[in-house]
Amino acid sequence: MKVSLNWLKDYVEIPMGIEELVYLLTMSGLEVEGVSSTGEGFNRIVVAEIESIRKHPNADRLSLVQVKTSDRTFSIVCGATNIREGQRVPLALVGARLPNGMEIKKSKIRGEISEGMLCSEIELGLGQDASGIMILDPRTPIGVNLAEALGLKDTILEISITPNRPDCLCVIGIAREIAALTHQRVRYPISTLPSEGEEIYRKTSVTLQDPELCPRYVARMIEGVRIGPSPFWIKDRLEKVGIRSINNVVDVTNYVMMEYGQPLHAFDFERLEEGRIVVRRATPGEEFITLDGVKRILDEEMLMICDGVKPVAIAGVMGGLNSEIQEDTKIVLLESAYFNPANNRQTSRKLGLETEAAYRFSRGIDYGSCLKVANRAAQLIQELAGGRVVEGALDAYPKPIADRLIDLNPKKVRHFLGMEIPNERIQLYLENLELQVDPSEENRWRVTIPSFRGDLEREVDLIEEVARLEGYEKIPSTLPKGPPSVREKKRNTFVEKKIYETLILHGYHEVISYSFTSPSSLDSIGLPTGDPRRNMVRILNPISEEASVMRTSLIPGLLEIARYNISRKNLNLKIFELRKVYFPKPEALLPDEVTYLAGLAMGMDREPHWAFPSRVIDFYDVKGCLEALFENLGIRGIQFIATEEVPYLHPGRASIILVGSESLGVLGEVHPQVLRHYEILGKAYLFEIQFDPLVAYAKEERKFHPLPKYPSVFRDLSIVVDDQLEVERIREAIYSLQEPLIHEVNLFDVYRGTPIPEGKKGLSFRIRYQAPDRTLTDEEVNHSIEKVLSHLREIFKAELRQ
Amino acid sequence: MESLKEILDRIYRETLESLSKASTQKEVNEIRVQALGKKGSLTQVLKQIGSLLESERREIGRKANQVKEELEKRIEEAFRRIEEKEREEAFLRERIDVTLPGRALILGRKHPLTQVLDEIVDIFDHLGFEVVEGPEIELDYYNFEALNIPKGHPAREMQATFFISDEVVLRTHTSPVQVRTMEKKRPPIRVICPGAVYRCDSDPTHSPMFHQVEGLLVDRGVTFADLKGVLTAFVHQMFGRDTKLRFRPSFFPFTEPSAEIDIECFICKGKGCGVCGYTGWLEILGSGMVDPAVYQFVNYDPEEVSGFAFGMGIERIAMLKFGINDIRLFFTNDLRFLRQF
Repeated sequence: MKVSLNWLKDYVEIPMGIEELVYLLTMSGLEVEGVSSTGEGFNRIVVAEIESIRKHPNADRLSLVQVKTSDRTFSIVCGATNIREGQRVPLALVGARLPNGMEIKKSKIRGEISEGMLCSEIELGLGQDASGIMILDPRTPIGVNLAEALGLKDTILEISITPNRPDCLCVIGIAREIAALTHQRVRYPISTLPSEGEEIYRKTSVTLQDPELCPRYVARMIEGVRIGPSPFWIKDRLEKVGIRSINNVVDVTNYVMMEYGQPLHAFDFERLEEGRIVVRRATPGEEFITLDGVKRILDEEMLMICDGVKPVAIAGVMGGLNSEIQEDTKIVLLESAYFNPANNRQTSRKLGLETEAAYRFSRGIDYGSCLKVANRAAQLIQELAGGRVVEGALDAYPKPIADRLIDLNPKKVRHFLGMEIPNERIQLYLENLELQVDPSEENRWRVTIPSFRGDLEREVDLIEEVARLEGYEKIPSTLPKGPPSVREKKRNTFVEKKIYETLILHGYHEVISYSFTSPSSLDSIGLPTGDPRRNMVRILNPISEEASVMRTSLIPGLLEIARYNISRKNLNLKIFELRKVYFPKPEALLPDEVTYLAGLAMGMDREPHWAFPSRVIDFYDVKGCLEALFENLGIRGIQFIATEEVPYLHPGRASIILVGSESLGVLGEVHPQVLRHYEILGKAYLFEIQFDPLVAYAKEERKFHPLPKYPSVFRDLSIVVDDQLEVERIREAIYSLQEPLIHEVNLFDVYRGTPIPEGKKGLSFRIRYQAPDRTLTDEEVNHSIEKVLSHLREIFKAELRQ
Repeated sequence: MESLKEILDRIYRETLESLSKASTQKEVNEIRVQALGKKGSLTQVLKQIGSLLESERREIGRKANQVKEELEKRIEEAFRRIEEKEREEAFLRERIDVTLPGRALILGRKHPLTQVLDEIVDIFDHLGFEVVEGPEIELDYYNFEALNIPKGHPAREMQATFFISDEVVLRTHTSPVQVRTMEKKRPPIRVICPGAVYRCDSDPTHSPMFHQVEGLLVDRGVTFADLKGVLTAFVHQMFGRDTKLRFRPSFFPFTEPSAEIDIECFICKGKGCGVCGYTGWLEILGSGMVDPAVYQFVNYDPEEVSGFAFGMGIERIAMLKFGINDIRLFFTNDLRFLRQF
């Protein structure tokens, strides 16, 4: 909210500089987000009084005007027709520069000397009025700089008001805070209008049909008003806080709203049918045209201000065209009401109408001041628009809301804040905030809350007020007592750590992509219609269709990132993501959130290097990384089984990853169709693994095995087998012999080509033999190798390679 | 005829002479064999000593042994000299270019957000906080209701919410994990809850998905001063021991009193700059004493226990720490960006 320093000074002294004030307010919870100055650039523009006006001898439309300042008179040639002798006007002297850039020079106009210029509002940048010279208040001192005389020199504070402090959405509210912080009392505006009197009862009435939604409705009437422009001071103040001037009556309602925080509405009384006010709910489907000319469709939850026949305003949101103040309005009916905040919010939200009034009503206004504020506004209207305030006020307030009482134990204040603060000071702070404190019971003070502080409901709210006024910086810093807590060691953390460690060592960069995606992302990876991943959690109000569902796979995101990087010439990619995907769960409100680890690799394994040949990444790079991961996690017995079933993977180059019979995930080359869709040239490899099974199978504990006492013996075995035979089948076959001395079988060479015939391949294994109790003899080992070979011959028709 | 003594002198003289000319180990070895080998000249002399007269034998014998010892020493020296020389030559030959790039493993990186999160988690781990997690797709009840943000509360509008249904939202903050934790556990509680959160906002400083860390400490007799102490310790650990910070009253529906924590802008050192909006301060943490209304939802007795909660945005801290000016960079995952951290 914007607030003018000059305006604030109407109600409170500001015994400090701006910087100090900004700090004081910010540190008490009214965060000042910006400070700006106004009234710069009025050098050599002064207040002058018109002494005489003569016709210009050589021009019909011009006048020769004599004006005086405090020390001399000036001759001015002027074209305006709205000036009279004795008026006070702004005079731009020779050398002045107007806000529009115009520089004032001594000149001769049609033979007559002009020693300056009389200015209009628009020429001074002070308003929109271009119709004539700006006429100043006759009390404005002459000779004085215009900015000074009009109070144009001002500082505007931009204050962020938290939702719990609607009382600070007005100048008086901020003044109250400053007063409390500097031990002053606010000087409230004094209104001399009595509320009593019978006359208004004979002219109109207020009927509350729904006191729940409108607990209070105050009306006052002003007769014989003349609608016209507002005086400069009120326009200026409104403009500085961002409100456009409309006319004198509407400006007063806005001015008083900014002053007290109470939104007001002015009706043209003569346009109210039956001359009365009825506050009721709208009928469903009822139509109403608001001030902005838009037709609104209402429902029965919306509260309406009506006359005897029809709605004339949406309560606390916006008035209607049918009753607005017009140029010929004679009688004003002024509304100062309290509407139910939640209902008001609902209505303004449903209609998409966020007005200054609704902003305040929906946060809660000071229901205790409706009458006072109505009086203040009525008096100002009478002053500015003439006419006469009708005697008495209507105050429909069937169930007056009692002042709230809160018990406060001053000891609790000290315990809760963790600091020593004497009772007297606590009491002083509360009283500074206009709370009444009855401290007669030592541990149970009775504190009466004024109606403008709706946010103070409980003891703890009062403790906060004390802390705020004391200043948070005065509260000490301590560490909580109590024994040190021992945290449970988490398996998740272990697995996560190993994943990061392994993948980063293998050159993978972690990526994070949005959890929401486009439903068509699954088309891009070719998932068939029946795939369970097609069932996605949908966002009702997405930012766009591209981000309208919660992802069920990390794969499209990785491919998207690959596409993005390729377009930026980052061609060698190794990336992974360890994040959640979301599966709707039948008959449950919340979906399943399942963590996956997925990765993508493509391009060369490294940039060209003098000591390495660069190599195109392939399946086995990625597989190797995963093998290292399982090894690091202590997961044994992992199997890679060829599969043709993964829609986004090459059917001849894809594998599921099993532990026992449970599938952990998949790995493989991306299907060419999918690559084309993402405009990826070359090949790319993907893996996707579920996180939870990794946690279940991971083995964190390590157990020491005594080192073998006798050396191992190695034997190499080179065989020729059918090219289609999977190597793993051979290893399995060797292990299935359960030769007690065989400890390890490792493949170290694969060879195709001469002299090995077409359709065959050569494989070389290194077998490690080990006995716990002796050094092995050649004889034993040779015997075993023979056994292995004959077994392989038998089941695979393997031949020893010569 | 040359006497044995003369022969010894000659052998000695000649051997030393050839040693001085020798330039390889092989040559030295040949000289050694010539003089001291089985058939070497000195060995021959030594063999004749036995047949000498008693009177001569002692003198010649002593002399021959002297020569032998001396030659052995000289030969050894020659070996060492040549070895030294050969080694030096080899060193010269074997010289490599140490400026050639090494064979490094190509390492990946953690995402900068994960790095910052790890740092935060680590600091709170030392302060005794345990990591807990909660769902990202959350019940309205946990995201709002139980945090004292009933339907129609203005604070709901401060957090533009993605809806899944009337009752289900994408969590707008990590605070619901506070409630879930307190439902499951009795005090003492010290937890932090990191995770993704969602709001319908998108511009250079707002992302529809971002990350927060929530913290909660509840126990008997926890004070506002404790809140200040713990969060001051965190700020000093995270941003440096000398970082100036201030606690400023603020508002959150689920804490009372509430405090916003600002640190002195480390870009301009508090003088005011574009990054801190010319205030000299950077908002870094929201915090406050847990509101008694929240305790009601989890059946804690606010007369028995008290505590504080806090929350911070990971992206914001990462942006400040690394000097990143556009939040969307975190989620486009350009390798040239990821490699920098």
